[in-house]
Formats: sequence, C-alpha cells, structure tokens
Amino acid sequence: MTQSTKTRTRTVAVPEGNGHHLSVSAGKLPRNAALLTAAFSTAVGIVLGLILGSGLTLMAFLGWVVFVVAYPVWALSIEGRRKATDRTVQALAWSIFVLAMAPLVSLVYTVVLKGGPVVTPDFLSRDMTGFASLGQGGGIYHAIMGTIMVTAIAAIIAVPIGVFTAVYLVEYGAGRRLAQSITFLVDVMTGIPSIVAGLFAVALFIVITGDPLPRLGIGGGVALALLMIPTVIRSVEEMLKLVPNDLREASYALGVPKWRTIVKVVLPTSVAGIVTGITLAIARVAGETAPLLLIVGTYPEANWSPFDGAVQTLPVFIYTSLAATSDVKYGDIWTDRVWGAALVLIIIVMALNLIARVIGNVFAPKSGR
Amino acid sequence: MSTAVDPGRLAPPTDKAAAKPPARLGDVIFSKAALGSGLLVIIFLAGVGIFLLLQGLPALDAEGESAYGEPSIWKFVGMLIYGTVYASFLAMIIVTPLAIGLALVISHYAPRKVAKPVGYLVDLLAAVPSVVFGLWGLEVLAPRLLPAYQWLNEHFSWIPLFSGGVNQRSLLTASIVLAFMALPIVTAILREIFAQTPRAHEEAALALGATRWEMIRLAVFPYARSGMVAAVLLGLGRALGETMAVAMVLSATGTGYLTLSVISAENPNTIAAFIANNYANASGAKINTMIFAGLALFLLTFIVNFAGRWIATRGPKKG
Amino acid sequence: MNRTSFRTAAAPAIATLAVLALAACSSGNATEGGDLSGDAGDPSTYEGLNGTLTAGGASSQDSAQRAWIAGFGTVAPDMTVTYDPQGSGAGRENFISGGYKYAGTDAYLTDEEGELSDATENCGSTPIQIPNYVSPIAIIFNVEGVEELNLTPETLAGIFAGKITKWDDEAIKADNPDTDLPSSKIRPVHRSDESGTTENFTDYLDAVAGKSWSAGVVETWPKDFGGEGAKGTDGVVKSVADGQANAIGYADASKAGDLGVANVKVGEEYVAPTADAAAKILEVSPEAESASDTALVYDLDHETAESGTYPIVLTSYLLACQSYDDEATTDQVKGFLTYVLSDQGQQIGSDEAGSAPLSDELRTKAQGIVDTIGS
Repeated sequence: MTQSTKTRTRTVAVPEGNGHHLSVSAGKLPRNAALLTAAFSTAVGIVLGLILGSGLTLMAFLGWVVFVVAYPVWALSIEGRRKATDRTVQALAWSIFVLAMAPLVSLVYTVVLKGGPVVTPDFLSRDMTGFASLGQGGGIYHAIMGTIMVTAIAAIIAVPIGVFTAVYLVEYGAGRRLAQSITFLVDVMTGIPSIVAGLFAVALFIVITGDPLPRLGIGGGVALALLMIPTVIRSVEEMLKLVPNDLREASYALGVPKWRTIVKVVLPTSVAGIVTGITLAIARVAGETAPLLLIVGTYPEANWSPFDGAVQTLPVFIYTSLAATSDVKYGDIWTDRVWGAALVLIIIVMALNLIARVIGNVFAPKSGR
Repeated sequence: MSTAVDPGRLAPPTDKAAAKPPARLGDVIFSKAALGSGLLVIIFLAGVGIFLLLQGLPALDAEGESAYGEPSIWKFVGMLIYGTVYASFLAMIIVTPLAIGLALVISHYAPRKVAKPVGYLVDLLAAVPSVVFGLWGLEVLAPRLLPAYQWLNEHFSWIPLFSGGVNQRSLLTASIVLAFMALPIVTAILREIFAQTPRAHEEAALALGATRWEMIRLAVFPYARSGMVAAVLLGLGRALGETMAVAMVLSATGTGYLTLSVISAENPNTIAAFIANNYANASGAKINTMIFAGLALFLLTFIVNFAGRWIATRGPKKG
Repeated sequence: MNRTSFRTAAAPAIATLAVLALAACSSGNATEGGDLSGDAGDPSTYEGLNGTLTAGGASSQDSAQRAWIAGFGTVAPDMTVTYDPQGSGAGRENFISGGYKYAGTDAYLTDEEGELSDATENCGSTPIQIPNYVSPIAIIFNVEGVEELNLTPETLAGIFAGKITKWDDEAIKADNPDTDLPSSKIRPVHRSDESGTTENFTDYLDAVAGKSWSAGVVETWPKDFGGEGAKGTDGVVKSVADGQANAIGYADASKAGDLGVANVKVGEEYVAPTADAAAKILEVSPEAESASDTALVYDLDHETAESGTYPIVLTSYLLACQSYDDEATTDQVKGFLTYVLSDQGQQIGSDEAGSAPLSDELRTKAQGIVDTIGS
C-alpha cells in the first residue's frame, strides 16, 4: 500500500514538475499579497454594495467573490498557472474555514446577546419554586446543581469502568478473543442513540424500584454513563497504546509487579491524555437532553438526593421551558430564561473543555521533539 | 488509530513464567478488576440489547393505529429510515468539503501559532449541547435561509429537490444544523489523519518543485483516502442518532413523507426525532412500535460506525 | 508556550468557577406575593400537608397547572407539586400505572382500549374524572393586511385538508366579502405530535364540515392532507407567527397573543373564541355515556346552533383516585384538587394562564365529587 502510494506520487509529480519549465527568475507576489488583495476586495465589496444599495451580507459576499477571483488572477499574471491554482485552493480553504466558523460565532453571539443580560446573581441563585413558575423572579440554581450532580454520577460510574476496560484491552487482553469481542462491542456501544439509553434506563429502574414511573438522578447518571463509557474506553485505549513498551519492560526488569507497573508507570505516563479524554467525554454528556427528559424529569427546586425523586437539569430545563415561551403573559420571561440557561450550559461545557486542555498541556510528558 | 504500533506486540508477554514479577496477589486482583470491567461493558450492552429486543419485537405485527397509520411495521420503519438516511446524507454532503477545508487549514495552511487555537475553537463547537444547536437553528438559522429557499423554489422548482412549497423549517435546514454538529468530529479525525502523512512524502513532493496544493493532492490525499472515508462515516454515525436538534427544527408529521424535496414543509421524518416527539404520548402497543424504531436506529448507527472503523483499520499502515 | 496557553485558558475557566461558586452560595427565593384573590376553600383541607405530589399529563393545562401549583404553595407551603406536561396519553398511561397521583387529560377515560377498567383496578374503585380546564381552541392566522377573518366549517376543513390553497380562494372570499385577501399560498400549520387539541379540532370538523373533512376524529394529524407540522402548542403558535406569514393554525386561545383570531360560523352568526362563548358549550352539551357519580364528563355538541356559543373547545379533565394506599397521598390529592376548584384557584388560573373559569354550577358539582376522596 505504502509502496504503491510512494511510487505513484513520484511518477506523477516528476513530469508535472518538469513540464512547466520552472524558471528561477519567475516573478513572485509580495509576501503580503493576500492582505493586499483582501484590502482591495473589501474596498470593492463596500463600493459595489453601496452602489447596489444592499446590506452587509451582500458586501461581504461581493468582497469574497472579488478576492477569490483577483488573488489567483494576480498570481496567474506574475507567477504562472500552477502557483495560481495553489493560491486558488488556498483562498478556497480559508473561505471554507470562515464559512465553517460563522455558525459557531453566530451561535455564541446569539446566546451571549440574548442570555447575557439574563444571567444575574439572582438568576443563578434562585430556583423555580413558588411564583417563579409563573413570571416572578426565579432562576436556575437547581438546574445547575442537578446537571452537576447527574453528570458527576455518570462520571463516577463510567470512568472506572472505562479506564479498567481500556487497561484490560491494552495490558492484559491484547490479541485474545475476549478483548477482540469487547473492542467490537465498544464500537456497537458507540452507536447507542442517546434516546435509546434513556429508554433503557427507564426500563431498568422500573424493574429495580418497582415504581411505574421512576424519576431518579441515579437513573440519569446510568443513562449518561452508558453514553460515556465507549468514549472513555476509546480515548484511554489510544493513550495507553502510546506508552512506549520500553517503559514497561524497564519496570519489569526492576522486578516491579505488573499491576504496580500499570499504576505507577503506564497510567502516569499517559495521565494527561486520559484526563483530557475523560473531561471531553463528560463535556459531551453534560449537554444531553433526550435521556434526561425520560428518566430524571423536572423539579422546581434543588434535589440533592439521586435516589429519591426527580432532579432538574439544565438541558431539560431549556427544552421544557421552550414550551412556555408562547405563554401570552409570561412568554418573554420564559424566553429570557431559555437563553440564560443555554448560556450557562455552554459556559459549563466549554469550561470543562478548557480545563481538559489546560490539564492536557500542563501534564503532557515533555516529548523529545 | 493514532499509533503505529500493533497492540499485539505492545503488551508484554503474559505467559512466560520466568518474566513474571513477584507479588502475584495484587496482580490477580488488578487483572480481575480489569477483566471484570470489560465483562461489565458486555453485560451493559447485553442489557440494552435484550431490553430493545424484548420491548421492540412485539411490534412486529403492528399495523394501522399501532404503526402510526402505516399498513405494516416495515413500512413504518422504512419511511423513518428513509428520512433518517436522507437527512444525514445531506448533512454529509455539506460537511465533507467543509471539514476537508477546515482540516487542511489547520494541518497545512495555517501557521502553527494560528492552527492550535483554531483547533481548540473547532473542538468547542463539539461542546455545544444539541438543544442549544436546535434553539439556534430554529430561531436564527431558519429565518436566514428562507430567502435562499424562496429563490431556489422560484428558479429551480423543476429539480425535484426544490419542488413543492417553501418552508424555513425544512429538511435542508435540519441537515445544515446536523452538518454543523458533525463538523467538529469529522474535522478532528481528518486533521489527525492529514497530520499523519509521512513527512518524507511531503518533503519529497516539495523538493521536486510541487506547490503546496500539488503536494497536498499528490502526497496527503492519496495517503489519507481511506481515513477520509472513515471520518465521514463516523460523522454520519453522529448525525443519524441526533435527536433534539432535528426534533426542534424539522417540520414533519407522523412518519413523514416519501419525498425528495428538501425545502418544503412536507418532509421525511427521522427516527430519533420521531421518538422524541411522540414517545411522551405513546401508550400500549405504540410504545413497542417506538422501541422497535429505536432498535432500527441502533442497528443503522452500528452498521455505519462499524463500516467506519473497519475502513479506518484497513487504512495505510505506517512503517 | 505551555505557560501562555495555560494562562489564556485558565482565565475563562476561573471566571466560570467563580460564577458557579456564586451560584452555590445561596438558594431560596425571596417571596414575592402574587395577586391572590378569592376564597381558597376550607383551610382545614390544607392543614399539615407536606411532601411531594407527582403528576403530569396534558400539555394544554401546563400554564394553568403552573398557576395552580404556585397558588397552592401559598396555602400549603410545605408541599411540592410537580406537573409534567408530557401529554394526555402519557398522563393516562402513568395514572393507570400509578406513576402520576393525579393526571391531566384532554380525553376522558373510556373502555374502548380498556383504560377505564385498568384505572379502576389501579385505584381500587372507579377513578374520579372532573373537568378543570376549559378553553376555546382558536383558529389563529397571520396574513398581512388581514385583521379579521370569518370562516365557515366547510372552508376551515377545506383549508386544513389542503383543498383550499390560496388566501383569495372563492370560498374564503364568500365568507369575507369586505376583506382584501392576498393571492398568496396558505400555510396550514398543524400539530406534529399526538395531541388532544388535534382530537378536539378534528372532532369538530368531523361533526360539522360534512364532506369537506374525510379524515374522521384523530389524535395524530392525517399526513395525507399536507401542511406544516409543528410540535406542541408553542411550536404551532411560533410557526404561524414567524416571518413567512400567510399561515393559519389551531391552538389554545390563551396562547394566541397578538395573532389574528378567526370567527367561526355557528348557526347564522360568526363567533369569536371568548371564554364565555366556550363555557356556554358545556351548558348545552350532554353528559357522555360513561359519565357516572364520579365522572363528570361531556361529549361536546359541536353542531349546536345556539347563539353566542363557540363550538371548538378543549375540555381537559383531571383524573384521580378516590383513595390511595397511603393516607398522606389521599390528603395531598384532595387538597390540591380542592384548591384547583376553589374560587381562588379558578381566579389565578384565568388571571395567569388565560383559561376560562368554570361556571359555579360545574364547580359545585365537581367539588362534590372531590369531597368523596378518602371518604
């Protein structure tokens, strides 16, 4: 495979390189050519936009068209066809980049704009008891705490199982039938749709509690753990595989038992990657709505007991509050609450991601590169 | 995937007694714990599977009322699978060029200083909860797309894709939201794969006078081809199971319509969105029907994910 | 490199933690009194109530339930009531299984699917069914330049069945000779989920629109008729109101807001969906076949020609058992239901949620049934 790729690469690349007499004296665009063209296109875009009398979107679009055309054409006139193609692709790649980033920016902008003014200390410290369920005051303290609690339960269940399974797959089971089938089943598990996890948790807790309508924080934890486990196993497995075998052998040579080798050598070496993987998995499930809707339900105040009764969580709060936004009298207040809760949820999830990055950076083993 | 070393070679030999270090008890406990977790995963999954089968299979003879107005359970599930696959397929058509462009910028075009924060930014997109995506799709994206849909319907209604009426909560809107939700995953994998292209290949191409694009076309793409397919399939797996965003954005009734049109109000429905919209009100035999749909989604997602993994492991070996 | 990225990453993380810490500091709300007027009923009913009462069901009652729960908190401060607006079907299902202690439903229990006997078995005796929420279903529309719209049942059915597709169709023109109707396409918006509102609306069309409506009485919208689907009352209202205009839909009148509301032809006149006009239909409607000492249920007389009666009405019922396994639950349910039917309960419901207050006669009858709980 590799060999053929290599060969093909060469046989194709060489004639093309020769075909277009690379002249050493060929012209070259100035280093800041892209910036110059961009400035020019922006100007043209604005002028054309003003002439055609339309909004910012049109200006941006016209400017972009001018840039994508002008930049390669300039290159074509000075540097030749191949360089022009190169510049076209470069311009397109960056355009795609902007296009792909636009929704994220728009989303964050919308949520911050609409949710920002709502998130006050009051909003964060109150719950929805009493008249808050209509229009007065009220906040999402209970939902924040519920999300933290349910997600923590999920992590407590999923992390040990995930890490140990990965340890088994990499350190003990490698090559064995059982390990292969577990790897296969982990792939199957990755495919469990989140709503199915919720349905399963409901069925499980009907059997366990005998309650025909189980509403339990622990149930949400189990449903989320089901979604988390495959992600954790995958990322930990990858990280463990990266640990050089020399380290293990050195440890064995010193007479260290295998389990101590794993605990003291293998896991610490890959701890940064493991923590990052786990945190990302947590961030992923913290925003899950569908399973929580089915198993944890809603509750107007903080419920700290995962074994007794419904727990309010942020995603469910957002989803159910949405139905109240058409309320004639209090619709606007509910709309504010929805966006405020969305902002807080994004902040929590993104903060988890950032923490993962920080841990990843701080603990990353200093590589030789 | 990101490691070149065969796991079989990686693990230390376990059966050579001489190599075995002392303190067996700790080892036994630890290895049993590891094995136990692995078995627990199997039990978990078996539980889900048994639950789905037990609850879902009674729906096999559902028809009419209990199959939501469809003559048989197969028609019911078929309609929903059509919608699920169609919506996810559209999303993949949108996401593939975007992800390739994005991954190329991060791995090859952007200077290192820019590439790293950009990589974080893309990962942040993965952190946005789907209910917030749905909210944004419904309130921000959909109204913006309406003029474009009207234009398409006016000028291209002879293409089946753009025939019928116009609606801002159409299948295409849902697919665009799905695309942006799958984008971070696909991009992350592609980035990884592009970055793995052997340095020697790239440098050889550049040394022969290739431009950067020629280098990418001749050295990076051939090397990454199977990885690219795998990445798209894994993104597809994500899009198939997405519930809330579609449920919130898409205008669909019951099992949806068997239509090609992507901009009208009469859309196919997806399995996940159908369950989310109707589960609460279901009772009796309809619950079985609902869970049968869940089973179908489970299988569909598994097939796609498995194909993705299979192609990924079949990919180029370094060495 | 490491240090820089740590600092840039840490700042927002720390800010978030600060926010969360702040949130963790304190809970509990300052009490802000609502507008409570009217008599809440016998205070001894509410004495010593505590614990949590789990209920749920019809989403149509959601706003009103929120109002009642808030109001109930003032007479029984130690009790928490949760109402899950999952839908009527979920309400009945969970009531029968015992998950919900009381439930709201847009359709009363019948024995067509054995629901009534199942519920009787679960409760140990015939369950209580009382109407607690009556609200007109408004035909809401959003058409530029059109303020008022009159519709006959046949036209209404034609629009929703997808047979009348333009706003300036002859049939609509005939109903509205003085209105300047645009020639744009009609966007009929219906509920995409199973719903009691759809059932009541199609029940009406089936009864009066004759040949124009061929789909019968359904809970799930017949998809052959096309149109735009939206989830929940909220979804329908938002879709009708959105920037695409030219839409028409059906939704609880209390949620209509600024949207146009059509008048529907009854007998010889066009009637607007007011609370009074809606309450009137219960007076002229016969009790249903399955009505009993504990079930105050009605089959609405959609064909009425009585002047001033609005014919499309959602009647939502409360389901409860006459007794529960433990006495605490019995007292809780009795207390809450008594509050809902009390003067104050009906007042706060109509003030805060826009529901039509029950007539005094109906309230007295219903209270009589509630009084049998636990006795």
